[in-house]
Amino acid sequence: MNPNVPFKPGRTTPFQARRRWLTGLVAGAGSIALAGCDKAVNNARIDATLRSAEKLTYASQRALLAHQPLAREFGERDLSPVFRANGSMMPAGPEYAGLLQGRFADYRLQVDGLVQRPQSLSLAALRAMTVRTQITRHDCVEGWSAIGKWQGVPLSLVLDLAGLKPGARYVVFHCFDNLGETKDDSGLYYESIDLLDAYHPQTILAYGMNGKDLPVQHGAPLRLRVERQLGYKQAKYVRRIEVVDSFSRLNGGKGGFWPDRGYEWYAGI
Amino acid sequence: MTPTMPTASLPSGSFRPRAPARQLVPRHSVLVRLTHWINVFCFSLLLMTGAQIFNAHPRLYWGQYGADNDHAWLSVDSLQSGGHWRGTVRLGALTLESTGLLGASAENGAVVPRGFPAWLTVPSYQDLAAGRRWHFFFAWLFAINGAVYLVGALVTRHLRRDLLPTRAELAPSHVAQEIVDHARLRFPTGEAARRYNVLQKLTYLVVAVVLLPLMVLTGLTMSPGLDALSPVLLDLFGGRPPARSLHFICASLLVAFVVVHLVMVLVSGVWNNLRSMITGQYAIDADGDAK
Repeated sequence: MNPNVPFKPGRTTPFQARRRWLTGLVAGAGSIALAGCDKAVNNARIDATLRSAEKLTYASQRALLAHQPLAREFGERDLSPVFRANGSMMPAGPEYAGLLQGRFADYRLQVDGLVQRPQSLSLAALRAMTVRTQITRHDCVEGWSAIGKWQGVPLSLVLDLAGLKPGARYVVFHCFDNLGETKDDSGLYYESIDLLDAYHPQTILAYGMNGKDLPVQHGAPLRLRVERQLGYKQAKYVRRIEVVDSFSRLNGGKGGFWPDRGYEWYAGI
Repeated sequence: MTPTMPTASLPSGSFRPRAPARQLVPRHSVLVRLTHWINVFCFSLLLMTGAQIFNAHPRLYWGQYGADNDHAWLSVDSLQSGGHWRGTVRLGALTLESTGLLGASAENGAVVPRGFPAWLTVPSYQDLAAGRRWHFFFAWLFAINGAVYLVGALVTRHLRRDLLPTRAELAPSHVAQEIVDHARLRFPTGEAARRYNVLQKLTYLVVAVVLLPLMVLTGLTMSPGLDALSPVLLDLFGGRPPARSLHFICASLLVAFVVVHLVMVLVSGVWNNLRSMITGQYAIDADGDAK
């Protein structure tokens, strides 16, 4: 009802009054239902119950994908004319700016955590390893998809170089970009995957895209491609790989920048 | 329990017992009733959380890829002009003004850019993470419930006995007569009311074995992991963006079904219909009179 229109009881017929009363009832019931939904969304107990579905999704997909089937690979003519860039476009801070200015000659990928031989690898060293090129579809959690050609080194080779220690369960990717735009490190982008995804043949550390060096807006100098996952798992601007037994002590404890902000760690869809 | 017509008007001296005018007959099995109401609950929440997810990228595509720079066959746009938001819907070459409903609508008193309006989404405010969490929880429940229904309906022969039309029912003249009767809101009475008519059979069959399973399959095709497991899903629907489009189209068809279904429930005896879906008992006129 428009609050600017004065209510004139003398001119209201019983029918109008009833209609007004009914409209109010329906609108009221609707807003109570909606408020109820919003209240339910913010209820910790309901939220915990709903989160249990992620465990079911993870368990079922792990059972179904244990034999490591490959994501579909496409041809050159299937490439998106424009591959949409998302998230950070240019990490802030002097460290990244300096590396970019030197065309990443001084860049080193740190590999540490639960590994036998911690590594510090230059881009040249990574390029000298076995190359894998794949044209795959990138699926954003928002609902759009783009097809790009990626060139890089299989993550499994880098992990084998370092050698996993017993107890290793997850691979964490620490990035240059502070997507949270916080003054401390709490907004730094990071992501993590389990060993099944880490050792999948299409899981690569990409330094090339569509036949050129990886552009800054797509994560130069190195980004993760984990083709059976959504876009936010494909960490850009990777600076350090840490092998852990649990990600609960990292930042928000949920294993990634977006998982710390309510998104699933194992999205599944 | 069986209600009877008053006998006062019977001619005196007549002792012939009059058949009860209305009798309750078993209509819906426990399986159908239980899965129906679980489905109502799941579908409502899936629809509203689905609208929330759609709002994160209110554009739909055909083809193997689809993002902002690609052609969308359907797009809900939010445009700012003179400090105000207005919404448009573009379907192919057709663009419609939709401010207030799609593209721009009120949220906490102010018109903001958003695909579907706040009263249609769960949560009402924009929160993709929460929308997804709700959607996938109820998607599991919906899929399990649907599987229980389909297996049960096959085992108890509900599909074959109650939903599969007979050859005679499918005759064009019969179907045409049913359409005319429905348009005039004339519904079967007496013995004929014990069974679904051919339009009901075909509609329920399409919903139960085509549209609802398609919702699950097109939903699963949006999973990059399951696409790797069974690329046949991609071939079936033509890619992930088309699966998302078909998910939206099937949901829209289901909404259309629900609207018609509710109207039919209302006009063909709302209490009788409701009782039959709750207790399983449906009242019919034994003597064929109109109720």
